[in-house]
Amino acid sequence: MEQKLLTKHIPGMDPMNIQAYLDVEGYQSFFKAFKTQPLDIIGDIEKSKLRGRGGAAFPVHIKMMSMAKQKETTRYIICNADEGEPGNFKDRYLMENNPHQLLEGMLIAAYATRANKGYIYIRGEFDTPIKIMHEAIRQAKAHGLLGTNIQGSGFDFDLEIRSGAGSYVCGEEFALIESIEGKSGRTRVKPPFPTDVGLFGKPTLINNVETFSNLPWILAMGGEAFASIGTESSTGTKLVSVSGNVKHPGVYEVPFGVPIRDVIDTLGGGTQNAQKIGMVQLSGASGPIIPEYMLDLTIDFDRFEDFDSKTGAGAIIVMDDQKDMFNILKRISDFFEHESCGKCTPCREGNVHMSKLLNKFLQSDATEKDLMNLESLSRVMHQTSLCGLGQSAPTAVLSTLKYFRDTYFDRIEHPQEGGLA
Amino acid sequence: MPTITINNQKIEAKEGQTILEVAKDHHIDIPTLCHFPDLDVQSDCRICMSEIVGQKKLAPSCSTPVKEGMEIKTNSQRVYNARKTITELLLSNHDTNCTACERNMNCELQTLADTLGIDENRFENILEHEPIDDNNPSITRNADRCIKCGRCIEVCKNVQGIHVLDYMNRSHDTKVAPAHGKFLNDQVCTYCGQCANVCPVASITEKSDLEKVTHAIHDETKHVIVQTAPATRVSLGETLGMDSGSIVTGQMVAALRRVGFDKVFDTDFTADLTIMEEGHELLSRVKEGGKLPMITSCCPGWVNYAEQKNPDMLDHLSTAKSPQQMFGALAKTYYAEKEHIDPNNVYVVSIMPCTAKKFEAAREEMQVHKETADVDAVLTTRELGKMIKRAGVNFKNIGEESYDAPFGITSGAGAIFGATGGVMEAALRTVSEVVNEKPLEKLDFEDIRGMEGIKEASVTLGENTFKVAVAHTLSNAQKVLDDIKAGVSPYAFIEVMACPGGCIGGGGQPYTTTNAKRQERIDAIYNVDTAMKLRKSHENPAVNTLYEEYLSEPLSKRAHDLLHTHYKPR
Ligand SMILES: Cc1cc2nc3c(=O)[nH]c(=O)nc-3n(C[C@H](O)[C@H](O)[C@H](O)COP(=O)(O)O)c2cc1C
Ligand code: SF4
Ligand code: SF4
Ligand code: SF4
Ligand code: SF4
Repeated sequence: MEQKLLTKHIPGMDPMNIQAYLDVEGYQSFFKAFKTQPLDIIGDIEKSKLRGRGGAAFPVHIKMMSMAKQKETTRYIICNADEGEPGNFKDRYLMENNPHQLLEGMLIAAYATRANKGYIYIRGEFDTPIKIMHEAIRQAKAHGLLGTNIQGSGFDFDLEIRSGAGSYVCGEEFALIESIEGKSGRTRVKPPFPTDVGLFGKPTLINNVETFSNLPWILAMGGEAFASIGTESSTGTKLVSVSGNVKHPGVYEVPFGVPIRDVIDTLGGGTQNAQKIGMVQLSGASGPIIPEYMLDLTIDFDRFEDFDSKTGAGAIIVMDDQKDMFNILKRISDFFEHESCGKCTPCREGNVHMSKLLNKFLQSDATEKDLMNLESLSRVMHQTSLCGLGQSAPTAVLSTLKYFRDTYFDRIEHPQEGGLA
Repeated sequence: MPTITINNQKIEAKEGQTILEVAKDHHIDIPTLCHFPDLDVQSDCRICMSEIVGQKKLAPSCSTPVKEGMEIKTNSQRVYNARKTITELLLSNHDTNCTACERNMNCELQTLADTLGIDENRFENILEHEPIDDNNPSITRNADRCIKCGRCIEVCKNVQGIHVLDYMNRSHDTKVAPAHGKFLNDQVCTYCGQCANVCPVASITEKSDLEKVTHAIHDETKHVIVQTAPATRVSLGETLGMDSGSIVTGQMVAALRRVGFDKVFDTDFTADLTIMEEGHELLSRVKEGGKLPMITSCCPGWVNYAEQKNPDMLDHLSTAKSPQQMFGALAKTYYAEKEHIDPNNVYVVSIMPCTAKKFEAAREEMQVHKETADVDAVLTTRELGKMIKRAGVNFKNIGEESYDAPFGITSGAGAIFGATGGVMEAALRTVSEVVNEKPLEKLDFEDIRGMEGIKEASVTLGENTFKVAVAHTLSNAQKVLDDIKAGVSPYAFIEVMACPGGCIGGGGQPYTTTNAKRQERIDAIYNVDTAMKLRKSHENPAVNTLYEEYLSEPLSKRAHDLLHTHYKPR
């Protein structure tokens, strides 16, 4: 069931040694890029139909094209390695095990968009990935793969690592840009988008670790070959972080189109003590919670449009039927309440009240009116928040209101029993 | 030209317009809180959400550009629900005791709640009380009423270039507060009050002296006199339901008498006097090789800024006191002597468009007698509006009256002090006639009028031609200062006003002073000028009498003692 494009050499390859990567034809795609017109590279990526792996599933070539067309010649490229969402650990996995694949992907993107300076923004707590990426950059420099006039091509590219203080919202692209600029991580209003006015006011391409890591394969094998993997709308493979109540939690690479149930049962090994699955949360704290009977859904970006959630099931968190749903929802809501940057009203104020309302359910103290208020608040937060954090904070509630509505009413109608799991 | 529909009405929009801009052009109201006409779009409050048919999420009208064929709804049920919920959320973290509030009946949040029909908040109140910040004479900050819209941050950072206020903390602990400390007086706050003027609620206001003044008026032992700043006569009407730019000089005088002031005088008089002193100071600096360029010093927001941020520039400032303080000094000396009243019983109130004037009046340098401040209390235009309402004066229908003598005879030059460029223009009218000894052909210096940030003119005095400049807002002031520091400033004389548009746009002016309103007030103030027979300070007969009777001549010893001051780094 697994199909390894990005993780082909994991485990086994020494991440601390560039030679190991060079030995498996590493950096060959980058050399190939030098012999290709930048616009043709972007054209190939367009053919691949590669979509961003950081959450919004935005077509990669559109952003690259928008960058390439800018008049301003100072341009930046940023790799988003903030990975702050609970339940996600695939970017970390890629950096720890195949750092040069990421560097090569960034080099290709930088060459195609004519950016001469790049940043990798890594979550502050990620000690090991930071260490490994530093070493990878050092070795790439020593091999003449970074710096000025790379391999005599006339192309300059310099790369720096920045790390954030570990707030979740700093993974949001504009909050991240502000953070690199030395400001406190709060997002900005769009438009303008980063490819027009990004870091230090200059055009900036920002993509996820996994997104960049796909580029070497695409350049090597061609966009069409890539597009033939996965589904019509979601091409290629997806690294999935599987966690919760499963026998074998971990990162697995599967082609889009695989049923979620298969990933849980076959790769994750099913629940630990054969308990029944109660709920599964996809994508992480910001994703929808679905019931067991929906697990035959396939992994696909456009599966959860209902919640505006382009999850692509990058994470699968399995919960057995002994868990109290309100306990889970309350924890998720507390997380967002704490992580809100505080800039916009619905998220700053709304998450507080969402937590309070959920607590009423948890304490078996809720009324039908609370349910109505919770639902109305969730919808407004989703529809009006400034950035993805506030927009997706109510996804767990909205999805459970849809798939587990009875559980809410049960708790209202039978408060004494409802307190139990 | 995109064709769109708003609420089923077909509209030709202009290229690049946002939903909000198109709606405004077509008289469709969309509520806003964080958005303020002359400031950058923040899109934080989310109250302006509209529905775009076919899109799942709502769109912020302030930052969403219209596109061909867009079908927009600004009044659907979904939009209404969202606006109502957002307003309830704001109110749930707010001290909602409206009747005990400075901005009751004059508040953007209250109006919004009323329009949306919020009778009961679905969300419990979660406000955590914060201490009030009012240990300065000018500004009161009440965090319990802050809705974190960010307007004050924008105006202080981008218009004034100071950045006293910023967001603190994150999440629901987010506060808008002075950047590195707790209180405004720990900061480089100039007390310009621009933050108060843009605040949609009662979170930043002037520190009110209304009670103090009312008390003095009712104290039989006090002879309470009042002076009215140039800019107040073209703005007071707005606080009393009149159009912006209404000229209400005569009504204001009448209302002040009804309210109970013993004498009603005009700061325009001491504005004329300022021109005499400052003009002669300039001429003497030119003649004797004194420090140039000389910079005006009648704006206390600017003086505070210079003392705090540019202490190396203080010898460029004219030593002449501001018109308010010249008035105070004369009231407690010349006037008290003339009227045979103990100066301690003369209570001087000023009506100012400005919050920094409260700080200026409280400065220790502004005391000719040890026991009493020269100016006892300063009321903003807004406070006066309240006072008039409270006194039951029917302002719109009151008959016009004239100022009292002797400080009521004024010139148009004094009046235009209220607008950016006005002090310079008044000075040029006087200085050129005094030096050139012939009347100016044209009194209007059009080049230095209007809202442009830095304006220039030149004036010929005898053999020499001098360049002069006018800057308003403190970020523009810093630009001219930087040129002086770099040794490239071509000017002999510079006028600086801290507030955009000058005093007519001051921090104590009626709320929501937009640049459009500023322009209307500017137009009005030049109309006041042209309508006057006297238009030059040096031709003001009352000023000349004052010199004859008391001060002898500009820059005399007595003039120095009473009408000049000094500055120190702070
Ligand atoms: C609250 C929030 C947190 C985010 N965190 C991350 C993150 O940790 N890593 C990431 O790649 N994208 C994250 N994103 C998405 C980014 O804003 C952006 O869409 C992404 O970096 C673009 O890269 P892609 O097109 O390659 O997916 C986050 C978005 C939001 C709203
Ligand atoms: S949605 Fe939340 S995190 Fe995003 S801008 Fe608004 S307050 Fe900040
Ligand atoms: S700021 Fe406005 S809403 Fe708040 S208490 Fe005052 S009047 Fe009422
Ligand atoms: S009074 Fe002026 S300087 Fe002080 S905080 Fe407000 S805008 Fe800034
Ligand atoms: S003090 Fe006033 S202007 Fe400033 S953020 Fe608060 S509500 Fe807005």
